[in-house]
Order: sequence, then structure tokens, then C-alpha cells
Amino acid sequence: MKAKTAETREARRDRFRKLMLGSTEKRGVLMSIVVYVLLITIAFIYMYPILYMLSRSFMEKSDLLDASAKWIPSTVTLKNYSDAIATMDYWNSLAKNLYLAAVPTLCQVFICSMVGYGLARYNFPLKKFWMGVLILSFLLPTQTTALPNYLLFSRLKLVDGSIRPFLLTAILGQGFKSVLCILIFFNFHRQIPQSLVEAAEIDGAGHLKAYFGIAIPLSAAAIVVVTLFSFVWYWNETYLVRMYLGYGTTRSTGLTTLMLELQRFEDSYNSTFDARASSVTSTNKLNDAIRMAGTMLSIAPLMIMYFFLQKRFVESVDRAGITGE
Amino acid sequence: MAKKTTYRPKLTKRRLKEWGWGYLFILPWVVGVSIFFLYAMVQSLQFSFYNLLLSGGIQLQPLANPFDNFASVFVKEINFPVTLANFAIGLVLQLPIIIAFSLIIALLLNSKIRARSFFRMIFFLPVIIATGPVMSQLTAQGVASVPMVSQNTLLTVLSGLPEFIYEPINNLFSQLILILWNSGIQILIFLAGLQKVPSTLYEAAKIDGASGWESFWKITLPTVRPMILLNSIYTIVTLATGGTNEIIELIYSVTYAATKGYSYGAAMSWIYTLIVGVILLIAFLLLREKEPKHQDEAVYRRDVEAAKTLAKLQAKNARHRRQRQRREGRAAK
Repeated sequence: MKAKTAETREARRDRFRKLMLGSTEKRGVLMSIVVYVLLITIAFIYMYPILYMLSRSFMEKSDLLDASAKWIPSTVTLKNYSDAIATMDYWNSLAKNLYLAAVPTLCQVFICSMVGYGLARYNFPLKKFWMGVLILSFLLPTQTTALPNYLLFSRLKLVDGSIRPFLLTAILGQGFKSVLCILIFFNFHRQIPQSLVEAAEIDGAGHLKAYFGIAIPLSAAAIVVVTLFSFVWYWNETYLVRMYLGYGTTRSTGLTTLMLELQRFEDSYNSTFDARASSVTSTNKLNDAIRMAGTMLSIAPLMIMYFFLQKRFVESVDRAGITGE
Repeated sequence: MAKKTTYRPKLTKRRLKEWGWGYLFILPWVVGVSIFFLYAMVQSLQFSFYNLLLSGGIQLQPLANPFDNFASVFVKEINFPVTLANFAIGLVLQLPIIIAFSLIIALLLNSKIRARSFFRMIFFLPVIIATGPVMSQLTAQGVASVPMVSQNTLLTVLSGLPEFIYEPINNLFSQLILILWNSGIQILIFLAGLQKVPSTLYEAAKIDGASGWESFWKITLPTVRPMILLNSIYTIVTLATGGTNEIIELIYSVTYAATKGYSYGAAMSWIYTLIVGVILLIAFLLLREKEPKHQDEAVYRRDVEAAKTLAKLQAKNARHRRQRQRREGRAAK
């Protein structure tokens, strides 16, 4: 009797150990706990700045100084947002930014698709040379070419706060990070069986018809990725945008982007609320909560887009072959 | 890709037509890259050897010594060598962190977990929002460092180090989260690579008695090796041209400052370009796979490697078996 219970106890212990530590077929509970704890911790650390920004942006000034209200505001206020909206001239800037990001993106997608297709589909002399130039223009910092290009644009009288420099570069395949777009299309079209396109050509379709009728519809996945990424890149770029818009342009005279507005947030705030003139103790002084509200507002459109389309973003990256093997 | 053939096919009408269509498709880009990249590079090099004046069009004034601009970058601009050194040290510190971090995250995401798409969404989010102005706002708030790490303790430990090492490490820890934010694309690239490893390979290894650790070193790592190179190049390029880079800000401010001038900025950006090129070359040489000359050689090498591993495993199994027998023998006695 005694021996039997001992045996079952041993068996039970064995089963428990197997459950915890896992066997060759199944991962143990302990290992699972380690994996999830690790993932959740890292995810929290990763999101920490955003969560902080979000909670700060709703705080009143008294909460900012109060150490006990580190995360949860004692009263939720929207005044920071209304101040930030006034500072950045938000709705106006947003409309300008959407225009400035969307139109060049469309040009960029179309041109890069064409170039990627041309490089993948056809053989021609000097092809290796052009591929080398393509890679090189991605690897080297744009700062070297920025100055001559700026001079060129200003000689052509394009730098007047309009969209024209953006359109010109996009149409000539030199938009922001267009090399990556071209490479994505190149990889994609290389994977499409040539026989499909050739069959169409035998059927009498010309080169253009093969491209528009077959290659473009087949590359829909790549088009989606490139469009989304181009849009994000156009939205986020500041260095070249500052250059293309002309350094002196102000919001009232020309186009602007929310990132530029965020960059000059402090100056705009001071001029909007006349805070510099008033004393240090003034209630109008720029505080962290307003800054965080401004930062939130400038990334909000992209965040909203991301939450709706994140599957598209993440899944299609490996389908479109950004990995470039 | 073009195959290397010794014979030259005749210039048929069809071939000429193909060439024409090929160039027609890439024409916009060829024009663009020639003007905005190739010509601009040459022009910027030319500027850096002259004194550029912008009174009524571009005027190039010859210098007493053509290398004056380059020399004065190092002599006059004391910030430049320092910033450059900080950038290089920062890069050496950040690159392994980003690569290791993204590989770990990719491995975690690739294992059997629930809510995978949720975690993937979180780890990819910074790709969308991590930009210069946003990052500098967040750094100014002091939220860029990991909240749990007590920075003061760490800094007192490190304060014995010389300044030029201490400074980059301090920077590293005060911006750790934002550095990790640079790994979104890298995680996806690793993930795509990991998903291509056939699961049968792991099963076979397991049957042969390999532990998880061993299969990581022998199967996983060799498969993602090309991706490590790709990710390193990508990371270097993004860090070198990214919005928070101090050298770029310096070049920008120097170029458009009234006292220093365009040619000076051009010289500076050329020095920077060369240095980034050298860094990329070093990374490439260090991380590339030594490509075997022939396909046969690769197969042969792989077989030898596999045979060695197998022999090691068999030896280990035999040892374990002997130990077990000995133990059982002792128990029987």
C-alpha cells in the first residue's frame, strides 16, 4: 500500500516536471513564462516614451510638478492640445502636409515601379553600372549632394515654398529613399515568372501593354508597401524638406509640414502666446505638457494610419522582398 | 543578372529593341541620378577645392592651396573631429546592440506564442514615428532611457573611465530606448529569414540529440548570417544619415553660416562621406561570408561540417549511454 502511493507520487512529480520544464515535443510552462515575461517587458520598455508622452499631454501644470501624479493625471485637461493646435496652426499645417506627402508619393510610386520593372525585365548595356550607381546613391549620405542640388533648385527658381522641387525629384526617381522603392519593385518583378509577360507579348501585346496590363496588376502587393512607406518617409523627412521649401519660408507664405512645425515649436509658441515678453512666472509659459501634446499631434495622423493598416505594413514587407535576397 | 558568356550574340533587331525598351523604362531615373547624384557629387567635390561665391551666379575663386578647405576643417573646426569620433564610437557601440536586440526579438516572435501580431505591431511602430524632431523632444524629456536601470549607479561605476569612452557610454544609456527604436526593419528582415528555415531541419537535429542551444548555433545562426550583413549595412546607413545625427546638424549649420561658407561645408561633407564609405567597407569585409569559388566546394564544405557535427553528437550520445549504463549498473549492485 505504502509502496503504491510512493510510486504514484513519483509519477505525479514526473508529470509535473515535464509540464514545467517541457519535453522534446512541447515547451514547458516555465519556458513559456520566461518568453512572455521577456516579451511583455521589452514591449513595455519599447512603448515607454509613447505612454509617457500620452499621459503627460493630458496633465495640468500642477501635475507636472507633482511627483505622485507621475502616470495618471489628477485631472484630465485638453487645454494642452488646444494650445498646441494654435501654436502649430494645426489644421492648416495638416492639410498642407497631406498635400506635400501624398502627391510626391504617387509620382514616386509610379516612377519607381517603372524603373524597377525596367531593371528586372530587360537586359541592356551598362546595366551593372547603373545598378552600382543605384546602390551607391543609397549608401552615401545625401549631405554631399544636398548643396549643389539646392543651388540648382534656386537657380531654376524652384525654391519658393511650393511643391515643385518635390515633384521634380520624384518624377526623376530621386525622391526620399526612392532607391529602396526601386529595389522593392526590382525584387518583386524579378520573382514574377517571365513566361507570363512573354506569353502576353507573343499574343501581340506591346511592351507598354505588358507593363500596364500584366506587371502592374501583378505587383499590387509591392505597390501597397511602397505607397505606405513613401508616404511615411515624405511625412517624416526634415533635412531635405527644409532645403526644398527654402530656409526662410514661413508658414504663411508657403507649404509646411508638421515635423517642421514641431522643430520650431518653441519659437512659434512664444510668438503665438507672446510668452517671451511676459515674465518668467507668467501662466503662458511653455511647459512639457504642451510640448508633448504637440509631439502627439504631429505623429497622430501616422499613428491612425498605422493602426488601420498595420497588417499591410508588417506582412507585406517580407512578401515584397525588402529583404532582398 | 547577366550571364558571363564568351560568345557574343549578333546584334539583332530584337536585341536592339530590348535595349531601347529597357532604357526607356529606366530613363527618368537615369536622367535624375545623373543630375542629382553623379553631377552633384562631382560639383560638390569641385566646390570643396575652391572658394564658392554666390554673387550673381556661381563663382569659383581659386584658393592659395587647393586643400585649404580640407585642412581648415580639422584645424579650425575643433567640433568636427570630436563629433566624428563620437559618432564612430557610438556606431561601434550601437550596432551590436541593435543587431543582437533585433535578432532576439525576431527569435521570440518566431517561437510559438499567442498574440504574435500584437507584439509585432508594437515592435514595428517606431519605424513609423521615430523621426528627428520627435526623438529630440523625447530625449529632452529624459524618457529615452530605460526606466528600470538606475542610471546614477551605473554612472558612478563608469566614471573612472577616460572621458572619450565615458561620454559615448553615457550617451548610449541615456538614449537606449531610442536606439532600440531603430530596429523595426531589422526585426522584420530577421523574421523573414527565420521563417525560411525548414522545421524538418530542427526536428532532425533534435532526433540526433542536439540541444536547443546547439541547434541555434548550428542551424539558426548560419541561416540568418547573410541577414546580419544586410542589417548591419542598413543600420549603419540609417544611423549615418538619420535625423538625430550630430555631424549632419554640424554640416548643415556650417554650410549655411554666413562666415564659413559653402565650400567649407562641401569639404566637410566629403570627408564625412569618405569616412562613412570606409565604415561600410569595413563592416562588409568583416561580416561577409567567404564565398566559395565553386558550388561544389560549398556543398563539400557543408558536408564536412555536417559530418563533424554528427560525429560530435554521436560521441556525446555514446558518452551519455555509457554513463547511464554505469549508473544503472551501480544501482543494480
